[in-house]
Amino acid sequence: MSITLPTDVAESDPKSPMTDLSSPGRGARSDQGFKVLAVAAGATVLLVLLLIAIVTVQRAWPAFSELGGKYFFGTEWIPSEGKYGIVPLVFGTVVVSLIAIAVSVPMSIGIALFVTELAHRRIRGAVVTVIDLLAAVPSVVFGLWGFYQLLPRFQSFFTTISDAVSGIPVVSTIFGPSTGSAYMSAALILALMITPITTAVAREVFTTVPENDKAGALALGATRWEMIRGVVFPHSTGGLTGAVMLGLGRAMGETVAVALLIGARPNITANLFAVGETMPAQIFRNLSEADDLFRAALIGLGVCLFVITIVINVSARRLVAAIDKRTKGL
Amino acid sequence: MASEVASSSPNQEALREALSGANLQRSRRVRNGAASVAMVVAFLMAAIPLAIMGASVVSKGIGVVLTADWWTKPIPADVGRADLAGNEDLGNLGFGDAADTTDKSVDLGMQPAIVGTLLTVLGASALAIPIGVLGAVYLNEYGRQNRPARFIRFMTDVMVGVPSVVMGVFIYSIWVVARGTDGKSAFAAALALACLMLPIVVRSTEEMLRLVPNSLREASAALGTRRVGTTLRVVLPAALPGITSGALLAVARAAGETAPVVFTIGIVFSTNLSFTGQNTTLSAQIYSQIQNGGSLATSLAWGSAVTLVAMVISLTLAARAISRRLVNK
Repeated sequence: MSITLPTDVAESDPKSPMTDLSSPGRGARSDQGFKVLAVAAGATVLLVLLLIAIVTVQRAWPAFSELGGKYFFGTEWIPSEGKYGIVPLVFGTVVVSLIAIAVSVPMSIGIALFVTELAHRRIRGAVVTVIDLLAAVPSVVFGLWGFYQLLPRFQSFFTTISDAVSGIPVVSTIFGPSTGSAYMSAALILALMITPITTAVAREVFTTVPENDKAGALALGATRWEMIRGVVFPHSTGGLTGAVMLGLGRAMGETVAVALLIGARPNITANLFAVGETMPAQIFRNLSEADDLFRAALIGLGVCLFVITIVINVSARRLVAAIDKRTKGL
Repeated sequence: MASEVASSSPNQEALREALSGANLQRSRRVRNGAASVAMVVAFLMAAIPLAIMGASVVSKGIGVVLTADWWTKPIPADVGRADLAGNEDLGNLGFGDAADTTDKSVDLGMQPAIVGTLLTVLGASALAIPIGVLGAVYLNEYGRQNRPARFIRFMTDVMVGVPSVVMGVFIYSIWVVARGTDGKSAFAAALALACLMLPIVVRSTEEMLRLVPNSLREASAALGTRRVGTTLRVVLPAALPGITSGALLAVARAAGETAPVVFTIGIVFSTNLSFTGQNTTLSAQIYSQIQNGGSLATSLAWGSAVTLVAMVISLTLAARAISRRLVNK
């Protein structure tokens, strides 16, 4: 006797006569249902992003429409007088993030090189653990430690520097008098906080450098540092730019630690040791109790922050993807 | 032949000497050494502050945490005022000694915040983890490299970069504003934290699903199992340790967040086991106790920090242990 297929199956789906997976029935319905569920879950991400954009803009609209240019280009943020110009807050956010990046990136590159090129395997594990722990510590704990333990020390440290440079024209403006709470204080703690992120990306970038190129450089007589400069860095510039931008995005959004260390006074100044304020810190401090226009203005800050970080992140991802394609496709 | 070998031996010696680095130009050797030192210094610049911070958090906070009051008593409501009345100089805060908090007239408890933290994190996980895992199933099992899947993947990466304070502003705008102070609750905070966790869970889960060998899916399909069955009974179980590890990291991240919680959760001083009504978390307590100032409030803040860090670090270590076991298998 020869094996014959049930005719109804063969007829109902000539493409796959062995299985009956596409015929209508309970199984097929649950299959479809599951797919719909999965698609819906995937779409939730888009939905949430869309909702964030719509709802926050809607709530911030009074500030945008009533104040208009005075909101986006105003240089005074004094809620008690009804003045909501976001420029000093944007200034503070940018200054703090840039200092943090400037401190953190060389540090991260150093750590990443230490892990990928220098450290013995056993030490490597320990280093990675330390960086992971640094990433795990909540931002508010950095803030607590910074507020009670670092600020008094920062104050005397900054005052020493500011006294030392007091005669020199430009430098004495940048490193002026300080009370401890300052752009620089917030930036330094922020640098420590974003180091794990930039280190992780830098490590990933460095491990993609082809072993052959590195071995080639060493075989030609290069020292380890010459090999890093001649092979690792040229190969990594794009990826490192991505790391810097991701770190920047993260730094601009950091809230609690900055709020505790910066001092809460919107302030456009060249003195990095002076009290200041950032956008997230201002939202954080006031949103709970704010009303009407003040609330709209604060939510508006959230909108600006959302837009800025999205722009930074999208361009960083694009950049990294483009670099990736180039290095993989050769 | 023999003479040739003998004559090459001095050359080999010269070669060996050249390779040993002893003859390197001095400036090259110095630069190489300086670079190595710089790398170690970079690591120490991160490690030493971490060690100092860890030491001061533990030394200042462990005292209160190791009392039964800490876990069972409500939060003392007027520590700030009580302390300020006692002439605590605000300028002295930086060196306020957390050890001299033996004023036994107040019970230093933190139970409401511990309960509130667990409640919000639990709520956020219940919302974000199932949706996140399902979303990753869509990306890896259905969408793969098609246009919508690539777009969602990209936007998920972007969403990871959205600051947590923006998530708080979002939930505040959509949920709290309409309801006034009644809107502030553990549920609202859980919503904000879920927004934060969702993209992290999606990406880490997808990463793990990608590691499941295709042969498993094919074998399952060859046995006549549908996509649902294959996914639920073969693919997800195979990826479960990795998914758990990624989810734990997301939970740890959410537990430590302050910004999105503070203006969505309100404040309470006694334990609230419900998702409705105002509540509080450890992170929110750290911030508000710093605002209160004074030595009692300060020791509440340090104690909360120890409790929070212990929670977060054990979640992180659990995640690492799970993923390490995965690698060893």
